[in-house]
Amino acid sequence: MLEVRSLCLEAGDFRLRDLDLAVGEGEYFVLLGPSGSGKSLFLEALAGLRRPAGGRISWKDADVTCLPPEKRGFSLLYQDYALFPHLTVEENIAYGPRSKGRSRREAREAARRAAELVGASHLLGRSPANLSGGEKQRVALARALAPGPALLLLDEPLSALDWGQRREVRRELKSLHRSTGAAFLHVTHDPEEALYLADRMGVMLEGRLRGIGPPEELFRNPPDPAVGAFLGMRNLLPARFSGPGRCEVGGVEIAAASASEGLSHVWIKPEDVLLSLEPFPSSARNQLRGRVADWEPAGPLLAVKVDLGGFPLAAMVTRRSFQELGLEPGKKIYCTFKSSAVVTVNG
Amino acid sequence: MRGIPRNLSSFHLLFTFLGSILVLFVLAPLAGMFLATSLGDLGRAAADRAVTGALFLSLSAGLAAVLACALFGIPLAWILARKEFPGKALLSALVDLPMVVPHTAAGIALLSVFGRETAAGRLLESLGLGFTGTFLGIAAAMAFVSLPFLVNAAREGFCAVPERLEKAARSLGASPWRVFWTVSLPLARRSILAGMIMMWGRGISEFGAVVIIAYHPMTATVLVAERFNDYGLAWARSAAVLLVLAAVVLFVFLRVLSGRRRESRA
Repeated sequence: MLEVRSLCLEAGDFRLRDLDLAVGEGEYFVLLGPSGSGKSLFLEALAGLRRPAGGRISWKDADVTCLPPEKRGFSLLYQDYALFPHLTVEENIAYGPRSKGRSRREAREAARRAAELVGASHLLGRSPANLSGGEKQRVALARALAPGPALLLLDEPLSALDWGQRREVRRELKSLHRSTGAAFLHVTHDPEEALYLADRMGVMLEGRLRGIGPPEELFRNPPDPAVGAFLGMRNLLPARFSGPGRCEVGGVEIAAASASEGLSHVWIKPEDVLLSLEPFPSSARNQLRGRVADWEPAGPLLAVKVDLGGFPLAAMVTRRSFQELGLEPGKKIYCTFKSSAVVTVNG
Repeated sequence: MRGIPRNLSSFHLLFTFLGSILVLFVLAPLAGMFLATSLGDLGRAAADRAVTGALFLSLSAGLAAVLACALFGIPLAWILARKEFPGKALLSALVDLPMVVPHTAAGIALLSVFGRETAAGRLLESLGLGFTGTFLGIAAAMAFVSLPFLVNAAREGFCAVPERLEKAARSLGASPWRVFWTVSLPLARRSILAGMIMMWGRGISEFGAVVIIAYHPMTATVLVAERFNDYGLAWARSAAVLLVLAAVVLFVFLRVLSGRRRESRA
């Protein structure tokens, strides 16, 4: 469907180099990267609003690199919604169909259908100036969907919303994606959005696309430590492998089921780390003594950081376990994890 | 905390005092002129064909200048607001140039391009359009000296329209032409209208450039000057008051109109 080959973009001193990407029909693709990594520029190039310095963009095997935006049939949803302040909500949503040459009546019908789809029917007569952030978001979505795009480009669609709205809109995006059948290309800096929404995702760092794949796979096996760190992976630790199944992390020897040589990184998933007040016999090859350093909320769980002498290790526990174990800073604690929970990250 | 309000108020008082002097400087002569003119004098001036004719000529030539400049000036303003190109700063300065060219010199400059002895002037005459001593010449003189008001206001208006709105419109399927008519122009409209009103006002009040190109037919400013020279202050005053009244009434009306239309949309 959408195919991007060796795309290069330049804007000021920013450079995007040799970007290759393919998005399939009806796919939800999330492009993840920190702010300033060039994701928005990339979307504008796809939409035809920015001329690439090189490379090729094709859609259904037709070269669209030099096609003006109105001929591409991709809708772009901006982060700040970019609603037309001088038009009503209905006129805003009908703008796309009208621009595509539909009659006033047809455009109005298309607007009503799109508004219904996103749950904005009650807003049609309002002016964008008096809408809340969440309402603006719905209207912007309806406006982008009204012309019936085969590809919807979403630029950080959730970042201007508060936490509760974000979860709600995220759920709606997913169901809209299913009901419209359009391909969605969504850029964001939030790994959680990618994990929740993406069929496939790519990570953009320093103007390059590093790693493309299904989110579970990228989160489980990041192609390099920089990607891993950006994905918010706790316990991504530099390690020195001394032999098969043995490595040293911060001077502490641990058993690893995966093999590597020399310097590498290992990821010990915090969900796989078990905390106990006393040592206990088990099949787990690693049991290390440490002290509780601090903790922070991580969604419904708590991420407890344990100082193991040589390195800090995070463990995920429920609030209830946290209370029952009577955890507090400085408390002596044992961390237990299997050697198979130690994943080697290349690079 | 102590003393802050007092400091602020002495600062405030001084600025209010200085500002008031300037306001008085504008108001006092106008008020003096109005008060020195009796209603009878005003009535006689209003009944004078020469005065009303001159007034009408000033208003209509000024309006023609505004409309003609809008056709060429709005596209120029859009380009200055949206595009980056070498020589842009120079072009901006060029647009402002009529503000600093002495107005009689502007009249001379126009005559040296469009006067009777020039190629452009002969071309105009062959089309039946005289320049020297005509409506066209007067409108051109007014346009030359007042066009910066329109172009600069329109440019600021376009600059204030977020580019993202135009981009969003393009991605929704609108051609650049449609984006201009449905997004850029409506959103910049208030600035453009304000610029047009300012330009009209500046055009009506023009004397120097106009008098070089056309002593006759007589615009209101030329008429006031002529009456002052020939008959003295009292005679000139009633025509001047009428000119100021017409201008003020018109601008207040237009200002209110352009302000209100926007409010009803927002």
